[in-house]
Amino acid sequence: MLRYIIRELLRHRLGLICLIILTVLYAATILSQFLAPYLPTDQDLKHAYHPPTKIVLQDWWPHVQVYERVDPSAARYEPVAGETVPLRFFAPGEEYSFLGLFPTNTHLFGVDEPHRVYLLGSDATGRDVFSRLLYGAQVSLSIGFIGILVTMSLGFAVGSAAGYFGRYVDFLAMRLVEFVIAIPSLYLLIALRGALAEYFDPEQMYLLIVLILSLIGWAGAARIIRGMALSLRERPFVLAAEVMGQKSGRILMRHFLPNLASYLLVAATLSIPVYILAEASLSFLGLGIQEPGTSWGLMLKQAQELKVFTLGLWWLLTPGAAIFVTVITFNMLGDVLRDIVDPRHQMGED
Amino acid sequence: MLAFLLRRILSAIPLLLGISVLVFLLLAVAPGDFLDVARSQPDIPAEYIQQMEDKFALGEPWYTRYVTWLGNALQGDLGRSWIYKIPVTDLLWQRIPATLLLSALSILFALSVAIPLGVLAAVYKDSLFDRISALLAYAALSVPEFFLALLAVMFAARTGWFPTGGLTSVEHEFLPFWARIGDYAHHLVLPTIVLGMGSVANYMRIMRANFLDYVREDFVTTARAKGVPEGRVMFVHVLRVAINPLVSASGFILATLLSGSILVENVMNYPGLGQLIFQALMRQDQFVVVAAVLMGCIMLMAGNLVADLLLAWFDPRIRLEKN
Repeated sequence: MLRYIIRELLRHRLGLICLIILTVLYAATILSQFLAPYLPTDQDLKHAYHPPTKIVLQDWWPHVQVYERVDPSAARYEPVAGETVPLRFFAPGEEYSFLGLFPTNTHLFGVDEPHRVYLLGSDATGRDVFSRLLYGAQVSLSIGFIGILVTMSLGFAVGSAAGYFGRYVDFLAMRLVEFVIAIPSLYLLIALRGALAEYFDPEQMYLLIVLILSLIGWAGAARIIRGMALSLRERPFVLAAEVMGQKSGRILMRHFLPNLASYLLVAATLSIPVYILAEASLSFLGLGIQEPGTSWGLMLKQAQELKVFTLGLWWLLTPGAAIFVTVITFNMLGDVLRDIVDPRHQMGED
Repeated sequence: MLAFLLRRILSAIPLLLGISVLVFLLLAVAPGDFLDVARSQPDIPAEYIQQMEDKFALGEPWYTRYVTWLGNALQGDLGRSWIYKIPVTDLLWQRIPATLLLSALSILFALSVAIPLGVLAAVYKDSLFDRISALLAYAALSVPEFFLALLAVMFAARTGWFPTGGLTSVEHEFLPFWARIGDYAHHLVLPTIVLGMGSVANYMRIMRANFLDYVREDFVTTARAKGVPEGRVMFVHVLRVAINPLVSASGFILATLLSGSILVENVMNYPGLGQLIFQALMRQDQFVVVAAVLMGCIMLMAGNLVADLLLAWFDPRIRLEKN
């Protein structure tokens, strides 16, 4: 089944494009320390709200344009005519551990101090937005995966148990599901965050967010899995297993799980963006990832300043674009997967 | 019909009780209370704080406070806001109309854009228009609301065409009646579009899919066979039945609107329920949080109920009472 899905996916043009985009995104996230020229916390107050630096070709080598601050109060920078510094590849910088394997201080690119290269400009304290975007991706992109791992397990456990055992287990589980679904999710998210924050350090906020998202997200999956389990229960192979005296736990794992696997795969792909968006929303409200950590939502929160709007400092909104690209790619991939797994589901197709 | 209504309303009661218990519990688990600010200020006498603690029974365990609150709530007293110093009911009366107005406008905006687009996409299936609109719908579903709100605020700030936030201008009170309406409308344009964008895409996809389902039905063939003009077949015969699922989808869409409005209202500084809930939670204004969350849930349930009733009204085949 899995091999079939992968083969079909690679044959599907849109699916292939989505896979490539996601591979690039995740590769960049894993290599973020190498790709980012600076640390996400690396401040430079002399270069606050710096616009993206122009890269010019000079003597057949890319050079970085040098800027001069014209008006510190309005964050206005003008390029200094004719003054550039060469861009260095594999430049030395802050020390880090490459993929956790060996320590190094080589970054993909950089410029000599005191000049700075800002591919996507800088924020209020002169931190490099491009570097922060890469480091923020570590949070924003991983949270979806960990989130679905927990919720899909929970959803499968509750849903298949409710469908298989029926009766009061079913009744209790479904009332609980309805309860969780009845509350607008962001209300519940914020309330849970308020209640549980005390028990977590700011550094553990990542864990807390995953926990909260999982507490909410399992309900929808559980309800659908229950429906599928209801019909699976009557199938001959399940009945046969029962007659032969298999334990219910084993039946759930050996007979239900493989039959629900393709649904779980599609549902997981389609719910990753939900978690990415939820983390971004929480961090955006100041309830998620805290300084000195960074995530895309937090970066957008920090961009929420009058100066940014009136001066049109668009580069501070790039995390939003990053979220958008990730979410739309996951959504498309999920739809493609659904079409492969369940061809009847194609909406409105002949 | 009456039995159906009664059953729905009765089944809402345990749900609302459960939600209020949950919110009380969560707030009790959260550290600190609304007096934290007062305690940190040396010029507020300790007797006053003691008096407040007694008045609101802060020393009591949460379930005692819950029972007291529930008793009062059943008599229509939802408590007082500790921050705003007015009864919670007054506060809710100020905020709910604003959120209802915004949600209703967003749904209206979404429907009025999505129905024509969805129908056109279905009629001209696989055309360039269909593909472009599908792509745009995808984009609209994938863009985070708060990011859209940020873009809208930046747009407003850069062009100056729209106000960057709020519901009224400074001089609102001094304007004649019609100018006041215009002032509201001017402030509502951007929040409505931002909040409604995702729903447009949702409605459009549902509309298109349903339309395509019904185009193949027998009654369409019959209409064509007896010589009804194609335009009339599409836009009168098919459209009328294909519109049904949009009504039932509205309940779900209302839920996403209510959740989304927390973010949009905060970014665009819109004085609605979402902003109130968020600020009250941050400042531990307990009674406001409980009441506002309950109100949000009631609005959601009412929306679902209205959607069900409308559906039965649109489609006589649907019976609300089983058996």
